[in-house]
Formats: sequence, structure tokens, C-alpha cells
Amino acid sequence: MKYVDVTQVQKNMGKRLFTNTLAKALFLMATLFGLLVLVILIYRVVSQSMGWVDLNFITNKLSTDPERAGIMGAIMGTLWLMVVVAPVTMFLGVGTAIYLEEYAKKGRIQSLIQTNIANLAGVPSVVFGILGLTVFVRTMDLGSVVLAGGLTMSLLVLPVVVVASQEAIRAVPRFLREASYGMGATKWQTTKNVVLPTAIPGILTGVILALSRAIGETAPLIVIGIPALLIPLPDGVLDKFTILPVQIYYWTIDSSLVAEYANLAAATIVILLLVLFVMNSIAIVIRNKFQKRF
Amino acid sequence: MEGVLKLQNTKTNLNIRDLIEEKKKSKSVGNLTEKFIPGFLFTIAVISILTTIGIMLTLLTETIMFFKEVPILDFFTGTNLKPLGAEATFGILPLLTGTIISTIIAMFVAIPIGLMTAIFLSEYASEKLRKTLKPLLEILAGIPTIVYGFFAFTFVTPLLRNFIPGLEPTNILSPGLVMGIMIIPMVASLSEDAMSSVPNSMREGAMALGATKLEVTWKVVVPAAISGILASFVLGISRAIGETMIVTIASGSSKNFTFDITQSMQTMTAYIVEVTGGEAPAGSTLYYSLYAVAMTLFVFTLVMNLIAQYISRKVREEY
Repeated sequence: MKYVDVTQVQKNMGKRLFTNTLAKALFLMATLFGLLVLVILIYRVVSQSMGWVDLNFITNKLSTDPERAGIMGAIMGTLWLMVVVAPVTMFLGVGTAIYLEEYAKKGRIQSLIQTNIANLAGVPSVVFGILGLTVFVRTMDLGSVVLAGGLTMSLLVLPVVVVASQEAIRAVPRFLREASYGMGATKWQTTKNVVLPTAIPGILTGVILALSRAIGETAPLIVIGIPALLIPLPDGVLDKFTILPVQIYYWTIDSSLVAEYANLAAATIVILLLVLFVMNSIAIVIRNKFQKRF
Repeated sequence: MEGVLKLQNTKTNLNIRDLIEEKKKSKSVGNLTEKFIPGFLFTIAVISILTTIGIMLTLLTETIMFFKEVPILDFFTGTNLKPLGAEATFGILPLLTGTIISTIIAMFVAIPIGLMTAIFLSEYASEKLRKTLKPLLEILAGIPTIVYGFFAFTFVTPLLRNFIPGLEPTNILSPGLVMGIMIIPMVASLSEDAMSSVPNSMREGAMALGATKLEVTWKVVVPAAISGILASFVLGISRAIGETMIVTIASGSSKNFTFDITQSMQTMTAYIVEVTGGEAPAGSTLYYSLYAVAMTLFVFTLVMNLIAQYISRKVREEY
């Protein structure tokens, strides 16, 4: 008795192989589609910004006149925002990660915090904006200042830092900790002198990625009330401010009124993408150069 | 002689034990730190929980205020949204249709292309090709949404208007498509992870029976990885529902209750941006409506995230 009808198999073989080749081509095209869009997007932005990105554009303050408008205010605002976000998010994120990995006992509370962080990562950024508006801007009466925006942003990117730090801490091998305990070190001494120094490249990578997420976020800061036109430069964390993405937003929606605003938006996007590119490169370098593998 | 040695040993041991006891009792700085640190770290870790509680509390209290002024049934069944003026009406349906339609359009792009990308990277591409393509796709995921909004508004909409003459300058179609493109890397990367974790022995088994690569992929790998793939779709949907800047820029602020994708529609997220950008006076119905909409949005995305977690936990097969 024959289990396989050979003639039938041979008859279908060509068709099956053809479908296979066709599918492969289709899958390849789908993959390339994303990249094609990326290329078009970057080409469009760069070509629209041609002739608009120069030193004056970077050093000038904001202006309604497209020829004189610059993004110094937005750059300073972004920097001040980072002055708040970087320490706050690092302190909260690394602290939470150390607690979860080194101190928390396996159980209810630990899994509650862990699930909670996973869910926080899925909350839309605009909802964080509402939280910031209610708690920091109105209840604490800070107003739409750098500190309020920075705290809002810190909570938004907190899950990124926590998860990255947790992974970095988990990757520190057990024998390093045991050696430290064996020498008579206490738990905190071990954490501070052995675990954290070993995990620091991974933690830093996470922090940089979180900051680059914060630099590109727009919605929460519009929600907490960044003004459309702000001329004075921020001088501290209690000043009103604007940031690059918000500047892009206002120039984009006003581009139907003044056509040159589209160019200004494109030019600002180029600067923003450059900043993000540099930050991500630094993160990759840190990960590849300094991370020890055990 | 032996006895003496034993005695000495015990004595030393005792001494060390005493020393440890003594050290434990001492109130030196190091000891205090040791006791203080766990509580301190716990306090920090609790801040993430406080954030969630804060979000829920603010949304809930203000939403209750809103429902005191606008009946809850009118809000969820109302097709009229006119938040300004003397006779303001608050029906969320126009925002819901805007959100759902833009999400559907986005998923029409993100699901097929994302899945095909994942299949190509996981099953067809050589190791070297995958290592070049994946970081490039991650760039796509790392571009800020405001840039996609700019792209949708200044490039995709004018481009589409060449083919669809009736397309308005702000419409839901173009941001929907661009949102889909933005979500491709997310679907692709999560699905690829799921497919890569299917053990090779299963592929080899199917190939030994004479299956072509496509048949192996479609009949063995995809069904085996289906929970991870479905979870990636649900997470993509959640992302599309919560996406703000693309729709805010490219879909305008028309609050018409319509299903026509060539027209401007507002999503829940875009409404929040519009109302807060307009500096709604605290205490007004308009101000409270913000929280009711945000609450709806929060519940929508939370449900999606929980579904995704449930799928990937329950349907997971262990190999």
C-alpha cells in the first residue's frame, strides 16, 4: 500500500514551490516597505529644511517672522527639562529596580509593583499629561513651569528606566554577590560596591533611552499648558518654557497660515532627530563597550 | 595537647560570635544605613503605585463631577459634541468613532505588514540580513510621533489627495495610515520574538515531511507562536488608541459624527489636547469633560493591555 501518491506530489510540487517563492518576495517587500517610508520621511524633512538650518536658526529666539525665528528657547527648555528628568527618573527608577531585584521578597507586593509598572508603560502619554496638569500644575500650584513638566515626564518614562535597570541588575552574576558576602560585606555594601558598579552600563543605557523618549514626547507637555509663543528664555526650573517637539507642533499646525512655518518645523525636526541620533549612539556605545558579559 | 587546641578553637569561635553580636548591637552609621535602606527603597518603589493611584483618583473624582452635570447615558450615547457656547452638549460618540476608525485604519497597515516583516526576519532572512534590518526598523520605532504627525500632514495627505479628490486637508485616513506605519516595528518585533522562540525541532520535523518553507511557517511556526502574535496585535491596538500627536495634527478638530474616512474626525486624545491647549477654566463643564474623556481612554487602553497580558500568559505553550 502506498501512503504517498507520487504523481500527485510531483504535479503539485511546482505550484507549491512557486507559492513559496512568491510569498518570500511578498514578505521581503513588506519588510522593505517600512524602510522605504523611513527613507522618504527623512528625505522629505531634510529637503524641506534645506537653507533653514543654520547657526542663526539655532541661536535666535522665537519670533513670528519666519526669517528671524530661532529655536534657542526650545533648546534651553529641553535642556532644563532634562535637568529635572534625568536625576528624578534615575533616582526613582534605579531605586525601584534595586528594591525589586535585591530587597523585595517574592510575593504579593513585589508582583503588584511589577504588574503596576508594566501597566504604567501602557498608559497613553496624554493621560500622564492630565495627571501632571491636575497634581503638579494646579494642586501644587506650580504653574506650567519646567519643574511641573519635568516631574510629569519623569513619571512617564519611569517604566523604561525600571525595566532596563532590573535587567542590568539581574545580569550581575550570583558569585560576585556571594564573594562580597563572603568577605563580610553587608547587603547594602554589596549592592552599593558590587552590584551597582557592575550594572551601571546597562542602567545608563536605559536612562539615556528614557531621556530620548522624554525629549521626543509632545502631548503631555501641551496638556500641562506650554504656551504657543514664548519669547523669554527659561533661567531655572521655575520658569515657563517650551521644548523642541512642542515648537514643531505649533509651527506645523500654523503652516496653513504661513507657508514658511512648515520649513521651520522641518528644520526643528532635523535638529531633534540629530539630538536623538547622538543620544542613541551614545547608548549603543556604552552598551557595547562597557557592558561585561559573564 | 589536642584538648588545648580544641579549647582554643572553641574560644576563637566564641569570640567571633560575640563580635558579630556586638557588631549587630552597635549603633554605628553603617548599621543604621543597613536598617534604613530597605524601607527607603520600598518607599521609592511605592511611588510607581502612587502614580497609578494618582491617575485613577484624579480621573475618577473629576469624572464624577462631570457626570453630576451631564447625565452618564447622554455622554455615552450622545452623537453631538459641542463643548463651547451657551447650549453645550457632550456626547462622546463622535470621539469614539474617530478613535476606533483611526485605529482600524492603522491596524489594516500594521497587522499585515508587521506580521509579514516578522515572518521574513524570523524565517527567511539570513542571520546577517536580520542583524542589519532589525536596527533599521527600530529607528522607525524611535522617531517621535510629532515627526510622524508632520509627515502625515505635509506629505501623506497631499499625496493621497492626488488619488482621492474628495479628501479634505485634514482627514482621518492619512493619520490612520501613518499611525499604522509607526506601529509596524512594534508588531514586527513582538511577533518575531514569539516566532523565534518556536523550537527548531518543530521546523525540522515539518521540513522532513517535505513541507516548503512557506508551509512550515504558516502551518507550524505561526500557529505555535500565535499567542505572542495576537498579543502583539492587541498591544498595537492599544498603542493606536492612545496615540495623540499624529491625529491631533493631521485629522483636525471636527466633531461631526460620521463614518466617512475622507473627513476630519477628532479622537479622544486629540480632544484632550485641544481642550487643554485652549486653557479651559477650572470648574467648568468643559474642564470636567476632559477627565471623562481621559477616563474612557484610560479604561480602553487598560483593557487592551490586560487582554494582551492575558493572551500571552494563558495561551502560551511551553516547549
